[in-house]
Amino acid sequence: MADLNVGDAVPELRVTPDKYLPHRYAGASGDFNPIHIDEEFAKMVGLPRTILHGLYGMGLTAKANAALADGDPRALKRLKVQFRGMGFPEQEIVVSGTVKSVEGDRVAVDTVAKQGDTELIKNAEAELEL
Amino acid sequence: MALKTDAVGKEWPASTYQVGREKIREYANALGIDNPVHLDVEAARAAGFRDVVAPPMFAVVYSSPAMAPAMFDPEVAMNFAAMVHGGQEFEWGEPACSGDEITTTARCLSIEEKDGKGFYVFETNAVNQDGAQVARGTWTLIVRGV
Repeated sequence: MADLNVGDAVPELRVTPDKYLPHRYAGASGDFNPIHIDEEFAKMVGLPRTILHGLYGMGLTAKANAALADGDPRALKRLKVQFRGMGFPEQEIVVSGTVKSVEGDRVAVDTVAKQGDTELIKNAEAELEL
Repeated sequence: MALKTDAVGKEWPASTYQVGREKIREYANALGIDNPVHLDVEAARAAGFRDVVAPPMFAVVYSSPAMAPAMFDPEVAMNFAAMVHGGQEFEWGEPACSGDEITTTARCLSIEEKDGKGFYVFETNAVNQDGAQVARGTWTLIVRGV
């Protein structure tokens, strides 16, 4: 692991979830809320179309941070996010982050997940032990 | 309308989840996580895990069943039609591996009204079969127009 310094960027993660991703995430997570998988239902409750699971975006945020430890699942010790804008399938998500503090082997990272100008996840605080 | 806060401090019965290799694979695939420690038992063991290990955010998979009775409790009385998931935090301890039996307990930390919205905060505490803490979650659910 290269030495990290305050202000360093986390490797950017770019993902375009396909049309059926919410169905696969629903199956994987057990969250079958119809706003994620049923176009008609989503429109009936006033959404433009089905939306991504917020926790899918949090999963991508965790994945982007794990990259700092070459994907080692033991590295991420804490992750706190706020869910903001709605995310949609078939549009690119960009997860980026900046190292906020380094104390010994503890690294804190500020992360954001965006789709275009919409922030899906804002001010995500990640703590890693590297 | 005043928000019902009777459920603050309430704890619900624990739920137990058995972690399995194929469920970890399904989760990792949905997230596009391809580190072999999540997919291949030999790779996982070579990296020092008992068995295939779950990505950290798999915590939602084993913790969510404990949240269901809390969210649907009439004493909590949440209006689901107007509810959004506002925030989430996890703190991780021992990694969760295939074969683990994880027991999660949910508790209501607070119910507060802010700017006409109800903020319902729950905590889940997940421990494995050895009693080691696997993940502590803080779930913030927001209900508009309370």
